[in-house]
Amino acid sequence: METIRKEILPGVWLTALENDKFKTGCLSISLLTQLDRETAAQNALIPYVLRRGSRYHTDMQALAAELDGLYGSYIEPVVRKIGEIQCVGFLASFADDKYLPDGSGVFEKNANLCGEILLTPCTKGGLLLPDYVESEKEKLLDSIKSRLNDKRSWALQRLIEQMCCYEPFAVSRLGTEDTAESIYYQKLTKHYRNLIMTSPVEIFYCGSLGADFVAEKLSDALSGMPRGEIDYDIGTDIRMNSVEELPREFSDELSVTQGKLVMGYRLGECMDDPDIAAMYVFNAVFGGCVTSKLFMNVREKLSLCYYASSLVDLHKGLMIVSSGVDFDKFDAAKTEIEAQLEAVRRGEVDADELLAAKKSVASDLRAILDSQYNLEGFYLANTIDGLDLSPEELAAAVECVELDAVVEIARSVVPDAVYYLRGNGEEDGDEA
Amino acid sequence: MKHKRFERIGEDLYSGQLKNGLTINVVTKPGFQLSYAVFATNYGGAHRRFSLGGEMHNTPAGVAHFLEHKMFDMPDGDNALSVLSANGAQPNAFTSSGMTAYFFDCTSGFEENLRMLLKFVSTPYFTQETVDKEQGIIGQEICMVEDNPDYVVYNRLMRMLYEHNPIRDQVAGSIESIAEITAETLYNCHKAFYAPSNMTLCVAGDCDPEKVFAIADELLPREKEEVPKADMGSPESEKPIKSYNEEQMEVSAPQFLIGAKVTPSPAGSTLLHQKIVAQLALRTVFGTSSEFYNRLYADGTLNRDYDYEIDYTAGTATIMLGGESASPQKVLGEINSELARVFNDGIDETAFETAKRASFGSRLRGLEDFDSLCLSLVDGVFGGYCALDAYEVLESVKKSECEYFLKAFMAPDRLAMSVINPVKA
Repeated sequence: METIRKEILPGVWLTALENDKFKTGCLSISLLTQLDRETAAQNALIPYVLRRGSRYHTDMQALAAELDGLYGSYIEPVVRKIGEIQCVGFLASFADDKYLPDGSGVFEKNANLCGEILLTPCTKGGLLLPDYVESEKEKLLDSIKSRLNDKRSWALQRLIEQMCCYEPFAVSRLGTEDTAESIYYQKLTKHYRNLIMTSPVEIFYCGSLGADFVAEKLSDALSGMPRGEIDYDIGTDIRMNSVEELPREFSDELSVTQGKLVMGYRLGECMDDPDIAAMYVFNAVFGGCVTSKLFMNVREKLSLCYYASSLVDLHKGLMIVSSGVDFDKFDAAKTEIEAQLEAVRRGEVDADELLAAKKSVASDLRAILDSQYNLEGFYLANTIDGLDLSPEELAAAVECVELDAVVEIARSVVPDAVYYLRGNGEEDGDEA
Repeated sequence: MKHKRFERIGEDLYSGQLKNGLTINVVTKPGFQLSYAVFATNYGGAHRRFSLGGEMHNTPAGVAHFLEHKMFDMPDGDNALSVLSANGAQPNAFTSSGMTAYFFDCTSGFEENLRMLLKFVSTPYFTQETVDKEQGIIGQEICMVEDNPDYVVYNRLMRMLYEHNPIRDQVAGSIESIAEITAETLYNCHKAFYAPSNMTLCVAGDCDPEKVFAIADELLPREKEEVPKADMGSPESEKPIKSYNEEQMEVSAPQFLIGAKVTPSPAGSTLLHQKIVAQLALRTVFGTSSEFYNRLYADGTLNRDYDYEIDYTAGTATIMLGGESASPQKVLGEINSELARVFNDGIDETAFETAKRASFGSRLRGLEDFDSLCLSLVDGVFGGYCALDAYEVLESVKKSECEYFLKAFMAPDRLAMSVINPVKA
């Protein structure tokens, strides 16, 4: 798979992967901006407001008809948080020309439509339509509030909010309720104009077309993009140590039958010169896969948790352990999770465990090559982290990781916060 | 083994049946790293009462799911999940009302992993001690789903729509029903439902189909056994038993699911045809490109948390439209007026043709996902059709068929609505 990277407009970079094994093509346009409590909700709202209608397709119905006519292409708003960078924009997916009866040009039409949606919104007096802004603002608020519906991810978000309360990372990708409430169409229009003028833009394409052709069509589609001084001064602040000497504890109470225990760690000094491959392997050994210490011991052997797994955020330098626990087993589960981390620190990882972890990570990385969406996510994150590695190269590096490197990361990890989601005693089946 | 090339969608299918009755489908995917295999039995949570060897058998609710949990234990003390994982594969399993499926994907060692999959699923090994331990674990799982609003809103809808079919009960059973399960129950049900004649193996990846057939032939039992016949209870009435139910949970806004029963067509090509007609009818009238959705989205009644589907399982077919809304009653009212309009004036010709085009594109996208591709092939095997024929069938569907489908199954008195409201402060 050949990867081409080039700047097609000032501060607008295209990463193109030419490949004809897929039946569809994928195109994404991401505007990169610093994650900030004050602006996160506005940034998150922009692609949704733009997606309501453009100058030439003035409502969603018109856009839907156009996209359906292009054989069920879709162009959807995407809002992500990668470290402390907020990425907002659109992801398009469309059938490859060779499977379509009347031939060609679906990519070009999608590219043009993306450009149209991004650059020529439906406006009145030069301002975004108040009706669209208000309506999408309500829906954004619905989305922010609906995080409560999935208790597992809700608990994770509550830990991050409180553990990183002095850092922008505490803000979720959609922003906060209070800042979303105060959005107003005039202010949002101004913010939008500034965003398209100053933010670095990452475009990703994967499909059967050549990079030169894709670059040419995208340059045309975005030719009207006003570019000012590009704000390259964005990045993620990595905190190495814990906020207080002992891990801080937080909790919430809700009417639920099962508790959640979430433990947050800083990856610590190993983030000075991060060995990405070793960090992936460390996570898999400790709690990232079904052969991990957390899965085998905390869940399977001791039956302390319904689930117990770890994840690492390499952009921000965090490790988070997430588990579902009976209310009366919080302490036992926490002690055992800590004991398993200690075991890795002492190097108590046998050859089979290490090999299984490496195979799991390497296989996940190679599987990225089979999915355009995973490739898109991989390359965007890599670009933001300034890495120049293909999934294949990273998989090869993972296969060479030695136990020493894993132990070194385990020793660098520092506990910072613990979060408990408890029941409020009103639920039935509390005793179950 | 037969080879068929589906030119229009660029797929090659190798299919056939072994002497023991196992149906195998292999879709070759040159250039892909990942290989995926699913080994599934036509046995799910709803198959509680069945006839076999001239006798009726009654089993407690939750056996299929219990079996799924225990199948990973192997006689040598190993756990198949760990063995496959240690070999770099990603194994998993699920039990629905209609089937139990064991699957893995991997980027290397495919044949070795496939051997392991076939071996552990066809080798029952249970002791009373491990069965007792599992009762506790599954008991926790049964309680846990009651915290999940998506599950609760679905389950309550099923209980309003179906009076007899076991689809109305939780697949995992209840604390009481699983207490009745013994090692012997598991051995008996494994023997009845895990015979190759009641199963299918579906594979997608850059692999050699001949090898897949040869491995299955080598490892699985050679005898062709009788296929058990499930009794899903008395025939269901056309209308729901109850048309509205609401409950409270910790949710941010009311969650709703509106449903209607469909009489499924008999197995074979007519079943596939009905599925395509149903999906196209729903996409045209209630899809995210429809006038209906866009109007309700714009006026704030619906948001992006909205979806529709038709689910075929365990001898049932159910239309479902669901999402989040401050006013589920208004959504239901609008659905009924939209249907009244369609019953009166028919479906808009342009909207229908555009939806058909869009449906082709969406289905093409589905072929990139090995998991959904293989599971649709499994559905096809159990439903007596080839899932890859869907693309040809789609071309042939007429607007009048979609109109007839909606008229037949979505009359106002056939609809029921399940709602989960936020806990009142």
